[in-house]
Amino acid sequence: MKGNSLISIEDLTRDDILEILERAAEFEKNPNQDLLKGKVAGVLFFEPSTRTRLSFETAINRLGGKVVGFADAKITSATKGETLKDTIKMVDNYVDFIVMRHHIEGAARYASEIAKHPVINAGDGANQHPSQTMLDLYSIKKTQGTLENLNIVMVGDLKYGRTVHSLLQAMRHFNPTFHFVAPNFLKMPDQYKRYLEVAGIPYYEHTELTTDVINEADILYMTRVQKERFSDPLEYERVKDVYILKNSMLANSKDTMKVLHPLPRVNEISTDVDENPKAYYFEQAHNGLFAREAIIAKVLGL
Amino acid sequence: MTGKKELQVSAIENGTVIDRIPSNKLFTVISILGLDNTDLTMTFGMNLNSNALGNKAIIKLWDKYLADEEINKLALVSKDIKINIIKNYEVVEKKVVSLPESINGIVRCVNPKCVTNCEGVSTRFNVVSKEPIAIQCCYCEKIFEEKRIEII
Repeated sequence: MKGNSLISIEDLTRDDILEILERAAEFEKNPNQDLLKGKVAGVLFFEPSTRTRLSFETAINRLGGKVVGFADAKITSATKGETLKDTIKMVDNYVDFIVMRHHIEGAARYASEIAKHPVINAGDGANQHPSQTMLDLYSIKKTQGTLENLNIVMVGDLKYGRTVHSLLQAMRHFNPTFHFVAPNFLKMPDQYKRYLEVAGIPYYEHTELTTDVINEADILYMTRVQKERFSDPLEYERVKDVYILKNSMLANSKDTMKVLHPLPRVNEISTDVDENPKAYYFEQAHNGLFAREAIIAKVLGL
Repeated sequence: MTGKKELQVSAIENGTVIDRIPSNKLFTVISILGLDNTDLTMTFGMNLNSNALGNKAIIKLWDKYLADEEINKLALVSKDIKINIIKNYEVVEKKVVSLPESINGIVRCVNPKCVTNCEGVSTRFNVVSKEPIAIQCCYCEKIFEEKRIEII
């Protein structure tokens, strides 16, 4: 790992990733450990994200640490025009590590250069969200028994979805095959396709979610096609139902296949899938707790 | 005739000649090297004839030798740029420009949501490909290619 902060999934080596996942498995067996006794975390959410914040704060509490911070920049001096630098410097004086979310891309990297204490990126705009990626990897490893040689099908908004980009970057260590299912204007950006080409990882692009593609999958990673991404509302109406996963479509999929989704979901996974044992998205979110406990332990060297 | 062709920009006794600059990039080079802010003796010409480029600019710096690190910044402007080291009116060394591994402070990030464009942070890029040129912002991690590179 570069330095002792976790800003981008690209900061982690293959060994770092495997070490964090092993540690997460230990935390799953025993989530309450007093590793952070006497330590204080600054949890700074310049942009609201209830799900991620509660997951981090739960992880810190279960490790015996204390939390200071804010859930929304509206209640901070940022509204008075204080710079990010000054806010970070001030908080850095009080705490042992910082968890931060910010809408500006690169804000977490910048904070890690300013702060003396480790910084964990809890999402910086459309850029990185490494704890989400670690919980995705943990979910994949837990359900498949391995990260190696898997067929991963990614569906939905592959252009703006940072979770799929980071997952793709992390999986490059483990010899995957990718299938990308997206409308043309939301397809995987060239930057990431070139990344895979350089790494020698095969990928296939599709514009329809067919049972042929689903039946090949070890992991079906669904994302939300967001209405606000479309400049033409007619185009949205035309494609929004193309990427809806229904329970019947899973009939001939592999027995070990799992459906993942970073949540929140809107309508892209029918509720009739929820009862299928292949639906894993709620457990996936639960795994976030263990992945985040493991990340905190890693950055603090505990 | 002496056999030497007449120079459009006078020769220098000692120093550095930055040759084969695309004419429209002359002032970019001056700015990247901070030459607009020095007390160096300097002559330059633009829209000069060039067999190779058709049209070029040239800068001659008296009694000044540039570090390779400085020279390599010019690869962002044009890979055609050539550096001649002059001692006692003779070319004693020729250098080509080659893109460095990282670029600090001279390029703007194309991403308007990048912290370097929002919080006044100085830019930093890693060169991820030299041919074709592609650079990656160390902050927002966006990769962009040569035609989108904008020099500050």
